[in-house]
Amino acid sequence: MAVPKNTKRLISNTFQNYKFGFKTTVKNVFSEPKGVLTPSIVTSISKRKNEPKWMLDFRLKALEIFNKKPLPTWGGDLTKIDFKNLHYYIKAQSKTQTSWNNVNPQIKEAFETLGIPEAEKKFLRGVSAQFESEVVYESVQEVLSKKGVIFMSTDEALKQHPQLLKEYFGKIIPVNDNKFAALNSAVWSGGTFIYIPKGVHVDLPLQAYFRMNAKNMGQFERTLIIADENSSVHYIEGCTAPSYSSNSLHSAVVEIIAKKGSKVTYTTLQDWAHNIYNLVTKRSFVYENAQMVWVDCNMGSKLTMKYPAIFLLGEHARGEIHSLAFAGKNQHQDSGGKIIHGAKNTSSIITSKSISKNGGRATYRGLLQVNKGASGVKSKVSCDALILDNISRSDTYPTMKIEEDDLELAHEATVSKIGEDQLFYLTSRGISETEASSMIVNGFAEPVTKHLPMEYAVELNRLLEMEMTGSVG
Amino acid sequence: MKEILEIKNLHAKAEGKIILKGIDLKIKPGEIHAIMGPNGSGKSTLLNVLLGHPKYESIKGSISLSGKNILKLSPDERSLLGLFGTFQHPIEIPGLNFGTFLRTAKNIHSKAKNQPRLNPTEFIKSTKKYLDLLKLDQHFLSRELNKNFSGGEKKKAEILQMALLEPRIALLDEIDSGLDVDALKAVAKSIKFIAKKSNIGIVLITHYQRLLNYITPDFVHIISDGKIIKSGKKDLALKIEKEGYNSYIK
Repeated sequence: MAVPKNTKRLISNTFQNYKFGFKTTVKNVFSEPKGVLTPSIVTSISKRKNEPKWMLDFRLKALEIFNKKPLPTWGGDLTKIDFKNLHYYIKAQSKTQTSWNNVNPQIKEAFETLGIPEAEKKFLRGVSAQFESEVVYESVQEVLSKKGVIFMSTDEALKQHPQLLKEYFGKIIPVNDNKFAALNSAVWSGGTFIYIPKGVHVDLPLQAYFRMNAKNMGQFERTLIIADENSSVHYIEGCTAPSYSSNSLHSAVVEIIAKKGSKVTYTTLQDWAHNIYNLVTKRSFVYENAQMVWVDCNMGSKLTMKYPAIFLLGEHARGEIHSLAFAGKNQHQDSGGKIIHGAKNTSSIITSKSISKNGGRATYRGLLQVNKGASGVKSKVSCDALILDNISRSDTYPTMKIEEDDLELAHEATVSKIGEDQLFYLTSRGISETEASSMIVNGFAEPVTKHLPMEYAVELNRLLEMEMTGSVG
Repeated sequence: MKEILEIKNLHAKAEGKIILKGIDLKIKPGEIHAIMGPNGSGKSTLLNVLLGHPKYESIKGSISLSGKNILKLSPDERSLLGLFGTFQHPIEIPGLNFGTFLRTAKNIHSKAKNQPRLNPTEFIKSTKKYLDLLKLDQHFLSRELNKNFSGGEKKKAEILQMALLEPRIALLDEIDSGLDVDALKAVAKSIKFIAKKSNIGIVLITHYQRLLNYITPDFVHIISDGKIIKSGKKDLALKIEKEGYNSYIK
């Protein structure tokens, strides 16, 4: 994302297919050997990080749960994940650096190709870059540090702010929530910790960049964001990886607490290579008058199963989930969102847009729940699917659990194809059929992409155009 | 090279049904033609065949523009050669910004004519005078293409496209339908101004004579059952209004 022009050219010249598929040759500092995940691997990860005992206990308990829980049988096909054939931890650089110059040259080059330092200079207040299991670079502008904003890897936060971690870590998404949250809890490494003090507004986004480089890799970052009362922050994550013939696994856990009157926007631009299983659990607790916005764009991966959730727990809390999924050849995007209204006069919006092409499959899976006593709820759910040919597929599984009568609810769902008349209209104005298709698809995605910062919206539209012109997949 | 749209013995079908049964017509830049006819006579089919809609298939005859046979060309290629049409019911493209669309189309045409690209500022500047002419607000450009446009706005948006793309020949299908008198006046005035400025050959496709009170045609053609059965001057349109189509239809 946010790739400088000359590098874009370089990448597109080098890689016909997936444009972020370049590989970096780097001598790892340490790598857990591939194999069955055992308590000794978990203990080894914890010991290397010099963690307190409570965290090691937490990890070992999570491992037990992971081993006990069966694979989900709904959603996508998970049976091909070879858990015995993954590196659960790889460290590519000895420690996190705060200056680009000190980052391992090969890793630095990879992130430069992805445009990270340039984006940092132009429109971000802080950047974190994770390569394999560890954050290799992080930086936050002094103006924020002075105001007490904390932005660092979750590993570092465990050392520097143990009390905050003890209070919130694993509290939004308990370790036994699901099999992949348990796996993450056992082997988590890296990820972002953010704390925004009361009344502090971070005007430009903070971004984390996740890169998996090794083959048969498992990346398990863990992110925790706490927005204190009347604060605001926009966090953006981007993910890419080289393409391999064998599968890798990315399984993150993201927990967010939006306290009274705060606003948290969490934007994901997921463009993993097409050999990656992307199984992520994301959840936020939103209190009185606070607002949570998930903007979830899934372009890459082999299979994504991800349903960002919002628990509206205080009166007048608001939640929005805007998701965009593109499913091309051999891709299954199983995504959507969950909103639970647990307090009076709360409101929510779910917008889901999916595009499937070349045999790809896009599934919307959503939950809207209104608990007994949560009167005065307003909610609007719309999910639209665009299917670009006759071999692609779209499914919609909306679930509603409504225990309260006093509510305003709007729900709509559409499935469409690119209309012959729409194409004819645009081409009759001199626009080529390919470009006209892109314009229609970008227009379709606009209700989601309009929530992205401008630089990212431009980049995302370009990615969609690439998908449309067939230079990808 | 002669800039002329020449239709010879054109036969065409849609969904298996033969609709055009031998149309002959010549239109030169600067001329104003009116094609009149009752519903179902083939007026809109003629427009769609000329512009290259994939649902319509020409089965006999030829269409040439500036001496070049265009029957095998795609709609965008025909557009770049200078053929333009407005639709009775322009289709909505949700999420597509009207201004972005218009600038994209304009720049594609400029490139084909070896003219410089317009940056957003230049584009706004060159669009302004036509917006004023059509009594449209600048803000109109930031709306989604044809989405929630009123009947009048849809027609004005079509004319605005004609103004910027500067075609050689423009076919305007029922451009007056759904317009109140004020809007009709503004649209008619704009069409005349733009046609004169860019020397465009105009074909007004219309059911009623009303539009012709505001734009005087040089030629009037009556179409019925897929054929032009009579051609004449402005007075032919007035006769139709008085006597109806029936006296011309066997």
